[in-house]
Amino acid sequence: MTLLFRRHGWPLGVAMLLIVAFWIIVQVVLPQILMIDFSFRPNLLPSEIGGPKDAYTLRNYETLWANDVHFAIFVKTIAASAVVTLLTLVVCYPIAFHLAYELKGPKAARLMLVLVIPFWINEILRTFAWYIVLAYAGPLNALLVGIGVLDEPMRFLDGNGGVMVGMVYAYLLFMVFPLYNAIESLDPAQVEAARDLGASWGRIHRRVIIPHAKPGIATGCIMVFMLAAGSYAVPALLGSPNSRWFTEIIYNWFFEGGNWNQGAAYAFILLLLCVGFIFAMMRLFRVSLGELTR
Amino acid sequence: MNNRTSPLMRAYLLVFLLYLFLPLLIMGLATFNDSRFPTITPWNAFTLKWFDALFADGKMWEALWSSFVIGLGVVVLAVPTGVSAALLLQSVHRRTRTVLYGVMVSPLLTPGVIIGISTLIFWRERFGIGGGPLLTIIAQASFISGYVMLMVAARLERFDRTLEEAALDLGATQGTVFRRITLPYLAPSLIAAAFLAFLQSFENYNTTMFVRGVDTTLTVYIASKVRTGVTPAVNALGLILIGLTILGALFHELRRRKASPA
Repeated sequence: MTLLFRRHGWPLGVAMLLIVAFWIIVQVVLPQILMIDFSFRPNLLPSEIGGPKDAYTLRNYETLWANDVHFAIFVKTIAASAVVTLLTLVVCYPIAFHLAYELKGPKAARLMLVLVIPFWINEILRTFAWYIVLAYAGPLNALLVGIGVLDEPMRFLDGNGGVMVGMVYAYLLFMVFPLYNAIESLDPAQVEAARDLGASWGRIHRRVIIPHAKPGIATGCIMVFMLAAGSYAVPALLGSPNSRWFTEIIYNWFFEGGNWNQGAAYAFILLLLCVGFIFAMMRLFRVSLGELTR
Repeated sequence: MNNRTSPLMRAYLLVFLLYLFLPLLIMGLATFNDSRFPTITPWNAFTLKWFDALFADGKMWEALWSSFVIGLGVVVLAVPTGVSAALLLQSVHRRTRTVLYGVMVSPLLTPGVIIGISTLIFWRERFGIGGGPLLTIIAQASFISGYVMLMVAARLERFDRTLEEAALDLGATQGTVFRRITLPYLAPSLIAAAFLAFLQSFENYNTTMFVRGVDTTLTVYIASKVRTGVTPAVNALGLILIGLTILGALFHELRRRKASPA
């Protein structure tokens, strides 16, 4: 800390400290703590606050277990997010490998620039693009019926399938980049050596490249799972009342049910789920937090 | 592509690129189709009327203005925060740094809806401030500052701090050193971070939904259009935004290459 003042002097050092303190304390830590506190309190009328009913309770958490519909949606959200994560990993691995190992250098940089373009585009617009593609009278149905795969158009926007396709598309690049960074740091000589010793490509991927890419796989999976489980935009646009997402239930507690305490409890459960997933991945792939955000 | 690339990989790459760009192309094309609903099947007739419909839409302009103001607010709040955070991290002990770093990147690993919810509850309960542009700026900046911190910290890592020490030894005040050495060195990353912060704010939906109050940003406007009766005017807006984004991305990329010739 004294180093900060020695380097930048008192006025500047104090200003920096205050700005960072505002961020960390007022914008990040206190709101989280209050949200958790809020989630353990009952939803009261203003006149009842501070009264005998104003005591900590687990009731908001019991709601999730007691409400079959909400609980089913919660489980569905976890399972679907896990599938989205796995699909994204499978789709992106070959691309990341191609970029990092086969291309390298300026060619990789050029292809990367091309891949980044959709990533710069608003998530809502990318999702909207899929809304058009998947629509009942849309081009995908026209194509599938046209070539005879389907007898009549399908309602893609009526189930979880459309939501998951949209999510894989929306969060692809959060997987490609960590994978690319991890594979790129692999010494090609290791792969050459494995090949010279007669290993097949499948074996090389399994025993050399994937173990080396672990931190990248962990980072990519964490990002995609977190984005998928926490997504509000994609299910709102590509889903229907039949394919509600947990975030939509949370939103409804706030702005339709008018029970913020209940909503806070659900939000905290979602947060715990994501934190749990992060720690599970860190243990599974044996990587530290520092390696994750690099 | 070199001889290490198998035909299978080439085919996969092609499919992947089609997957990435075909939906965007279809969305763009649908702008010019004379149809009540945005689609390219069936193709009716070429029209530019949806651009006129878009420009005549007063709500769209209000939403655009709102997004613009919020984006600027986020840049003003998040860039100084991120810079201070990166400089602070460099000046603390290793253990403190690890903890502080963890707290600073935690908003990046938190779902956006939760950032929105916690911000909304905190400001309403403690200060009686409900949703609106101000709260949107505060909520968005709480995670965008993290991105800025990472970008500035990455550049700071390659900074030769002896330059600062030399200037101090030669009698420069710390303020002068900051203004004449540190800031100019960080400038490219500051511009890039400001650009990214604005874009992140502009496209944000998940956090904004909870803290916006009755304010409608452009992203919220587009989403509500899609949900309540969409016309190809939304495609026209999308096409314009994509055009601007690609121009911006190219500009950003060129700057980045000039800044670090690697």
